[in-house]
Amino acid sequence: MSAIFPRRLLATVELGPSLDAHRRTHGPLTLPEGPSEVARGTLQRAMDAVGLTGRGGSHVQSSLKLAFAAQDRRPVVVVNATEGEPASGRAHALLLHAPHLVLDGAVVLASVLGARDIAIAVADDQDLQAHAVEVAIAERSERLRFSLERPPSRYVTGEESALVRFIDGGAALPTFRVERPSFGTIGRHRAIVHNLETMAQVGLLAAHGPRWFAEVGTGSERGTTLVTLSGAVRVPGVYEVPLGAPLGAALEMAGGLTAPVAAFQVGGYGGAWLGPNRVDVALDEPSLRSVGATLGAGSIVAVPATTCVLAEASLVVRWMAGESAGQCGPCVFGLPAVASDLELLAAGRARRTDVDRLKSRLEFIEGRGACRHPDGVVRFVRSLLSVVTAHVDAHLKGGRCAAGANAGCFPLPERVEVR
Amino acid sequence: MLRLVVDPVACDAFGFCAEVAPELIHLDEWGYPVIDGEVTRATKALAGQAVSMCPRRALSLRSST
Ligand code: SF4
Ligand code: SF4
Repeated sequence: MSAIFPRRLLATVELGPSLDAHRRTHGPLTLPEGPSEVARGTLQRAMDAVGLTGRGGSHVQSSLKLAFAAQDRRPVVVVNATEGEPASGRAHALLLHAPHLVLDGAVVLASVLGARDIAIAVADDQDLQAHAVEVAIAERSERLRFSLERPPSRYVTGEESALVRFIDGGAALPTFRVERPSFGTIGRHRAIVHNLETMAQVGLLAAHGPRWFAEVGTGSERGTTLVTLSGAVRVPGVYEVPLGAPLGAALEMAGGLTAPVAAFQVGGYGGAWLGPNRVDVALDEPSLRSVGATLGAGSIVAVPATTCVLAEASLVVRWMAGESAGQCGPCVFGLPAVASDLELLAAGRARRTDVDRLKSRLEFIEGRGACRHPDGVVRFVRSLLSVVTAHVDAHLKGGRCAAGANAGCFPLPERVEVR
Repeated sequence: MLRLVVDPVACDAFGFCAEVAPELIHLDEWGYPVIDGEVTRATKALAGQAVSMCPRRALSLRSST
């Protein structure tokens, strides 16, 4: 599979993940001498010049996080590499093929902030990824303390407050905060948390400069991003695309579609849906937002028309309900209720009034959890209902489709509880 | 302007708040409070009562910006 677009994040794919291959590809990493306002200012301006925002789904301006962390003399740099999104292979791709780009980003942040500690969080069921990180850390010569953290593999572990709380010795559960965005602390120090792709982008920015960085991309959002294509595509996998590339171009990279598509599920299980004709939608946050979607973890699942999209989706929602951290009523009770409503519809046993009740439940669940987990499910279901309207109507009229959930489009990892 | 905020982690659906201040709070189908709009000068005292009645200290009054 030849790439249509030049690889940046994954430039070392053919050379292997060694530090040597990394340096030969990206050049030496020159760090400013000690922390300084000047170095931080330069980095912040570079981040803003290329429109760098959080790639974990938050889309918080990266320069803001940097400015906030700088209020602490010794902040802790945290790389969020927990792959909570089952349909995204991004963490796997970056840690196995470009771990040093991720570490470079963290080292750059540590250097301008005067941080001494870098924590890299990999979910406790991802041993291969953890091993790749350990190997990479062993190759580094910076005088920094790198630590590998292994939070439990749950969907909400990747939520920033949950992750920070875990690293600080607590449970990996989201914390309720009135003010957002706000920042957690580790020990007595502020944590600056970035998703691993954001970290790798910082690494690229430091190695090649903002002008090079901005050579690809769209509007104010420059650079590339990783998307994970699966479902009815010929060659499923992780692909690097320039921001703003049309969905159709990404599908082409994956060898095109293998079947007519019912809808595309984009941005993870807390993301949204696009109709089958939306192949011209640009893959960047502003464009996706304008059609009610988000890039999220960059997963794109092409759900074939040969399966029942409602049945496939209801499996996801039931799984997401099970991934609730069990702290907040509207999430604990609301999500299973929404899953049941959707199952009823998929089974062809729902009436119009049931769909109305489902919609009103979505209305009042939204925004009432300590974290955005329930809001993601709300977006997923609301978007689904608005995109596959004809299919919903068919289920309301003629009962269930013969298809059922036969494609198994969505990976639903079993969670093994160790007691 | 002030608004009532529920800490969803602390709240245990006792429902006292909605009993004390039905003008400001109603309960969802599982008994968890839903906040209805902003707190006005007229309802400020009532909101304060709801806050102090909550056995889990899950309610608070915040300035809405
Ligand atoms: S909203 Fe749900 S997932 Fe988030 S903290 Fe509350 S119970 Fe946990
Ligand atoms: S009184 Fe407190 S615990 Fe009870 S429902 Fe209201 S906020 Fe929740």
